[in-house]
Amino acid sequence: MKLAHWMYAGPAHIGTLRVASSFKNVHAIMHAPLGDDYFNVMRSMLERERDFTAATASIVDRHVLARGSQERVVENIIRKDKEERPDLIILTPTCTSSILQEDLQNFVDRASTISDSNIIFADVDHYQVNEIQAADRTLEQVVRYYLDRCNRYETLDQFVTDVPSVNIIGIFTLGFHNQHDCRELRRLFRDLDIEINQIIPEGGSVEELKNLPKAWFNLIPYREVGLMTAIYLNKEFGMPCISTTPMGAVDMSECIRQIQQTVDTLAPSFSNKRVDYEPFIDVQTRFVSQAAWFSRSIDCQNLTGKETVVFGDATHAASITKILAREMGIRVSCAGTYCKHDAEWFKEQIKGFSDEILITDDHAKVGDMIARVEPSAIFGTQMERHIGKRLDIPCGVISAPVHIQNFPLGYRPFLGYEGTNQIADLVYNSFALGMEDHLLDLFGGHDTKEIMDKSLSTDIDLIWNPESRLELSKIPRFVREKVERNTEKFARKNGIQIITVEVMYAAKEALSTQLRQ
Amino acid sequence: MSVKIDETLTVECETGNYHTFCPISCVSWLYQKIEDSFFLVVGTKTCGYFLQNALGVMIFAEPRYAMAELEEGDISAQLNDYEGLKRLCIRIRKDRDPSVIIWIGTCTTEIIKMDLEGMAPKLEWEIGIPILVARANGLDYAFTQGEDTVLAAMAHRCPEPEFSVRERKETIQKLFAFPSIKKGELVEYANHPSLVLFGSLPSNVASQLNLELKRQSIKVSGWLPAQRYTDLPSLGDGVYVCGVNPFLSRTATTLIRREKCELIGAPFPIGPDGTRAWIEKICPVFDVEPQGLEEREERVWESLKDYLDLVRGKSVFFMGDNLLEVSLARFLIRCGMIVHEIGIPYMDKRYQAAELSLLRDTCRRMCVPIPRIVEKPDNSNQIRRVRELQPDLAITGMAHANPLEARGISTKWSVEFTFAQIHGFVNARDVLELITRPLRRQKNLEDLGRTTLVKKSNKF
Repeated sequence: MKLAHWMYAGPAHIGTLRVASSFKNVHAIMHAPLGDDYFNVMRSMLERERDFTAATASIVDRHVLARGSQERVVENIIRKDKEERPDLIILTPTCTSSILQEDLQNFVDRASTISDSNIIFADVDHYQVNEIQAADRTLEQVVRYYLDRCNRYETLDQFVTDVPSVNIIGIFTLGFHNQHDCRELRRLFRDLDIEINQIIPEGGSVEELKNLPKAWFNLIPYREVGLMTAIYLNKEFGMPCISTTPMGAVDMSECIRQIQQTVDTLAPSFSNKRVDYEPFIDVQTRFVSQAAWFSRSIDCQNLTGKETVVFGDATHAASITKILAREMGIRVSCAGTYCKHDAEWFKEQIKGFSDEILITDDHAKVGDMIARVEPSAIFGTQMERHIGKRLDIPCGVISAPVHIQNFPLGYRPFLGYEGTNQIADLVYNSFALGMEDHLLDLFGGHDTKEIMDKSLSTDIDLIWNPESRLELSKIPRFVREKVERNTEKFARKNGIQIITVEVMYAAKEALSTQLRQ
Repeated sequence: MSVKIDETLTVECETGNYHTFCPISCVSWLYQKIEDSFFLVVGTKTCGYFLQNALGVMIFAEPRYAMAELEEGDISAQLNDYEGLKRLCIRIRKDRDPSVIIWIGTCTTEIIKMDLEGMAPKLEWEIGIPILVARANGLDYAFTQGEDTVLAAMAHRCPEPEFSVRERKETIQKLFAFPSIKKGELVEYANHPSLVLFGSLPSNVASQLNLELKRQSIKVSGWLPAQRYTDLPSLGDGVYVCGVNPFLSRTATTLIRREKCELIGAPFPIGPDGTRAWIEKICPVFDVEPQGLEEREERVWESLKDYLDLVRGKSVFFMGDNLLEVSLARFLIRCGMIVHEIGIPYMDKRYQAAELSLLRDTCRRMCVPIPRIVEKPDNSNQIRRVRELQPDLAITGMAHANPLEARGISTKWSVEFTFAQIHGFVNARDVLELITRPLRRQKNLEDLGRTTLVKKSNKF
């Protein structure tokens, strides 16, 4: 039992529902009590979805508790089958059904004999996996189900396409900027002259899944969802998989080079044409993406050495950390992720790009870390945005979980070359807000806030004389507390009781020599 | 209390496959209402995720509620529930020092049969803070009924009146003889047994209703819940109680059976007609002749004229999710609207008897048939009916609002009625403000055309 106010990743069934509702004509039936169909609200509100979400609940109530679901689940499946004629019905367990331990697989088997739809039972345990892991598993389960079936009936057409082609796996509903990323990836592959075989699950049809092996290779844009499917496809069909997230100029190039390598390896056996994407990378990096130029511009120079904190899912936190450190020369004091299950990969990715690494799903720990580091800007989830608000630190939102304002109507990809522009804007705007604040302070702006006494300064009777107090008030607000604390630390260390302007600057000097060493 | 309802009024029952909020959502308004409380929801990630998403911004404001998140060890009883809860409650006491901790039992605690009621008194004694238990779970209840379970639990903690009714009468007579007591205060009110109102309302709405009764020289001696847990009203034999919300049937039952109070069965003070009927039911109980109510109601209706012109003749469909439906439908029918269907999660015909008969009277008066009332509705059937009826307005949950709008059906989120101020004469305007908003918006966009924004092939 633990005390919790907020969580980064939702419960398992949400992941399953996200995958189910992304496919076309797939219906999810939750085995859940009244009120657990909250997913429909999220989808309808956050994504502003125009269609009814294809997820319903087979309600678990007092009667079910007493007598078991008995016919009810089967009836509900068959009813949905008649009403909606879906291709696939996914029976989704919730935390409630995890404890009830009813044989839901048995219901599925029984319903399968009567209904026209295919029916599967999502193999996710509430207490073992979270939303992200469940989504990954469910996607793999659906793909495996359809491919296995084709294999059984030997109807699988394994001939790959004549021209290079790709499956994009892992674009789905309620994903962070997924729709925009998807459009950007389409554009990228069009430019590279690579055909898109399928995009799953978003907008995909389960009946088409049998054609997945026709592609030359798979692209997994996000680490969280799609990797299991890609590994399965690799094992069964030998399909190569590229899982470098095409986010940021450097990783973009890396991803495209991997694509080139893959295409070239396969080309001799299929089409004999070799590809050379280097000129494309060069033109895009230098002229289409503004990010490379931005890094050299005077704007970005001002950001050099500024401290930031990054927190989010593994994909976005790792990519953003690399962009900040490698492409913009910004110092990442701490980078972290709530994807505890993927900690090793994350650590390896950001090795050398961040001073500290934090792996946790406890928002209080993230808050404490931010308060301790006092960065000039934060890049995180909605939670970090609120922490930032409280501490007066600007924050750019780079990862789920998010609010409705992170489902913009306008075109805002994070991936691809346009994505690099968007990220540059996001980063610059976050800091620019801090700069404005700074200028306001420099010119004595409309800042009338009293200097707040923070914990460290109150425990020993240090006295700031009037001059030094005045001097302190002239220091930009966003670094003032830090200066105050450092000065007091210095004073205490040197046995000084009264802080004068001289002490302040001695402290500053001591600190900068310390840093230089 | 009369339970006889006209035969023309029937309540159908469907499958219960409908969308509503989980009853644990009541913590969101109750923690704000009861200032010195702390709500601990004992449940899983699913409950937490719901609260986090449903309450949005409130989460970040360091609210006085939290999840006691059950992990696998708790479910399989490898860990000691009592020790776990004790640890969390001690931490809450240290961080927040509340006057009461309210444990909200969920589906999971029901299924694993965690004995919250058994543990609470023991822990209460051990840590020295009152602990209430409310089983606001989705297995038994819908949305606003969560408040009902909390208030029913709280009713047990109300103090007994200091004197019996007879004694108090004597005391009051004695006080009259005492010159030192402020006279003004005493003659303002009729000499009547104490009246306690139940139902959580924002404090200004509560004082508006107090004032409304004060005009009839009736004194409200307390509210369940009060602004602070430490100010709970006295309850007991001879105390009259009256509900202000239609979803409080358990609380009403508890007050009658356990606390021996007298329940005044009245329609609910929603809309000017409801408010007047509510006061008119309370007055005779205390031998008070209602004064100037008719004029007051008339004035309110007049002030609503601009809105009434907008809604008259328009049709409404209640999908049903918060139990306010009957009262709202009754008010809207009186406003001249046509109600196709009143969906409602649960209908307590005894507790809502007076409201139902006012609905019947209103329908007669407005010469419209009584709408069908559908208990435990089935959303997919309802959506079919909405498609056939094409109402001017569907009052529905957020899961269906956008899809219906895209199909050219104006909607209003039903949750808003739970959070808006809709009680009493003063707030009648707010109800219509909410109701007319989609209609006004529609009017603004009329000239743009394109009311249907889905492709033809999409299912309704």
